Amino acid sequence: MYLSLSDRPARAVSADAAAQATGKRERVARVVVTLGVVSLLTDISSESVNAILPLYLTTVVGLSPVAYGFIDGMYQGVSALVRIVAGWAADRTGRPQPVALAGYGLSLVARVLLLGAHGFGSITSVVSVDRIGKGIRTAPRDAMIAASSPPARLGRAFGVHRTLDTIGATVGPLIAFAILWQIPGGFHTILVLSLGFAVLGVTVLALFVPLRTGAVTRSPSEPRQPRQRRRWREVATPGLLRLLPVAGTLGLLTVGDGFIYLALLETGSFSARWFPVLYVGTNIAYLSLAIPLGRLADRVGRVRVLVLGHLPLAGAYLCAATGSGALATTVAALLLLGVFYAATDGVLPAVAGRLVPERARTTGIATAQTTVAIARLLASTGFGLLWYAMGPREAMLVVCVALLAAVPLAAVVLRRAEPAS
Amino acid sequence: MKWRGIVLSTVVVAVVAGSTAYGLGEWHRTRADAARAPEVAVADRAAIESEPRIVFRHTGLDSEYGVVAEVALSDPSGPRAFTGVSCDRVYARPGIATCLKTDRGVVTHYEADDLTTDAGADWHQTTTVPLPGLPSRTRLSPDGTLAASTVFVNGDSYMTTGFSTRTVIRRVGSTDTEDLERYSLILDGKRVAPPDRNIWGVTFAPDDRTFYATVATGGRTYLARGDMTAHTLTTIADHVECPSLSPDGTRIAFKEARSDPKRGSWWTPAVLDLATGKRTVLTAESHNVDDQIEWLDDHTLLYGLARDGQGGVTDVWALDTDGTTAPRVLIPDAWSPAVIR
Repeated sequence: MYLSLSDRPARAVSADAAAQATGKRERVARVVVTLGVVSLLTDISSESVNAILPLYLTTVVGLSPVAYGFIDGMYQGVSALVRIVAGWAADRTGRPQPVALAGYGLSLVARVLLLGAHGFGSITSVVSVDRIGKGIRTAPRDAMIAASSPPARLGRAFGVHRTLDTIGATVGPLIAFAILWQIPGGFHTILVLSLGFAVLGVTVLALFVPLRTGAVTRSPSEPRQPRQRRRWREVATPGLLRLLPVAGTLGLLTVGDGFIYLALLETGSFSARWFPVLYVGTNIAYLSLAIPLGRLADRVGRVRVLVLGHLPLAGAYLCAATGSGALATTVAALLLLGVFYAATDGVLPAVAGRLVPERARTTGIATAQTTVAIARLLASTGFGLLWYAMGPREAMLVVCVALLAAVPLAAVVLRRAEPAS
Repeated sequence: MKWRGIVLSTVVVAVVAGSTAYGLGEWHRTRADAARAPEVAVADRAAIESEPRIVFRHTGLDSEYGVVAEVALSDPSGPRAFTGVSCDRVYARPGIATCLKTDRGVVTHYEADDLTTDAGADWHQTTTVPLPGLPSRTRLSPDGTLAASTVFVNGDSYMTTGFSTRTVIRRVGSTDTEDLERYSLILDGKRVAPPDRNIWGVTFAPDDRTFYATVATGGRTYLARGDMTAHTLTTIADHVECPSLSPDGTRIAFKEARSDPKRGSWWTPAVLDLATGKRTVLTAESHNVDDQIEWLDDHTLLYGLARDGQGGVTDVWALDTDGTTAPRVLIPDAWSPAVIR
């Protein structure tokens, strides 16, 4: 009824064979590339502003960004919950496209409001509107990617999308800093440009992603009455119920990148001068590996890649724990972190989307992503405790060992879900 | 399909044209600002440096924007001398200055520089320490041997957001830093290690061992006394941010967070008497003051405020601690003041 969790579709093998036989490869669906372009434009829009927001608060608004950080953490939580509601709305209407459009649209509204926001309160509330928009759009967008791609090629499709998405997230801050370099007080130029990219993203989505993308048609005989109850039952498939605790547990052992960077800084593995741009290294590894690892997932099994993809994360922890001042440690840690994201971020919705019936796909994806997001928030808080109690190196070693123990367990639990084939 | 292409092209053209026009406008305005000579009166540096003075960051929109300047303590709104050194935050003691600055580029870096300001040394840079984030506060100990800096560290990945302040103390001239988060925290008498703690805004006592700083944890802020020998931070009061020790060492000036439903939340300057614990909130100042206060003398506070409607322009204000006189602009087009007597 639902796909096996190990999910190595026999069709993938035959599709490869067919591709080799005919000498051409099945192309990634156009709508997937279009959604990737939408994400690229939107990420340039949001990340260019996020990167300079602390600077903007201090130099133009005349405030320290300390309070901003606290508030931002809170909205992360809000965004996670909004995601499930949006997923549910997309499934209820059977149309993810308008829900995603609403999410992207809301972020566009936030960009307009930001132009007129001058105080601390107004800026933080505008940022929260943007976060809510992000929460709304993520799951329906991933559901459209899942719906538009052949099951045997899901990993690759998400890989293509995440590559484009990450290019946007990397380029955005660089554009912003380049503008400030040329126009030292050019914050409004960045805000205007950010609005421009948001407009382009929404335009491309509205024009080139058909309303029917990922739409689920219902048979007219379908009973409408106990719909809501039934939907949760539809989502709660044995497969998803097995995935959620596993993904959640692995999420609990995924401490924020910031901690890894800080631990590397503590061990003196690189000059503090480079601290603000470490994320670029991670993103480059991520974007260059998202497609190859997505393809690998299609071939050897997505669950396998999702679970084993946490091993490079453990490797990054180990680098951070043992960093002896060598630059190579830092480079290795960034690379491993990028491999981890490439192996997990797009693969998770690819797995989750196949574990629930089509009608509940967006909710299924949203539930899995929210579970992971909340687990990671908890992980960061808990890890902070460990960090202060034991010291950075020891704390990193502890999560590293815990993760190394959890990965085989996760593999075993998820393999049991595999039906006899 | 065709009409979609037309709509998209139109939007692309409009967006590109609009943002380019705006960007060029701002670029030209910035160039024009940078080419303009300062409107303020300019003095000879040797003359200013021969007497007590205030060192600060000049923020007039002109060719000297962001450059460290000095005015005579006896005539703060009078002519200023420029040093040629650009800083985001500056602090100075006799013979020495510390400067937190942004090294702009596609890849933007931050650093702390020590500068020798002795006569003839011409603000020569002696040490550079890389900083992991956005400059926020800096202070020197009264004898100029210790430097503290607070930066804002962004958890700069789009997967995870988060922030922390990173506050370090080091010997002037050295690049070895001591992270205050490594200090043992004694909160209300108990030794604790909360994961969410943040420390910022150091002010030094004259003994080169004691300092004061803000510690935040659990959504509350505390005034902590630091001991550089014992490596401890002991909270002595709560609801205190960005402390600044008075020249006579008896009081702490700070910003107190206040809120009401109408205005939201803001900060007001306040003074805490260390011996009696008596706290005076200086409500004569109604602006939102987000700065580490500097003492002009034992009865007057200095702080920077953004000027309304002029992005990036700030003024240094003075406020009497008796709480009755209204605040006044002491140095126009200025930020980050440090008084050298």
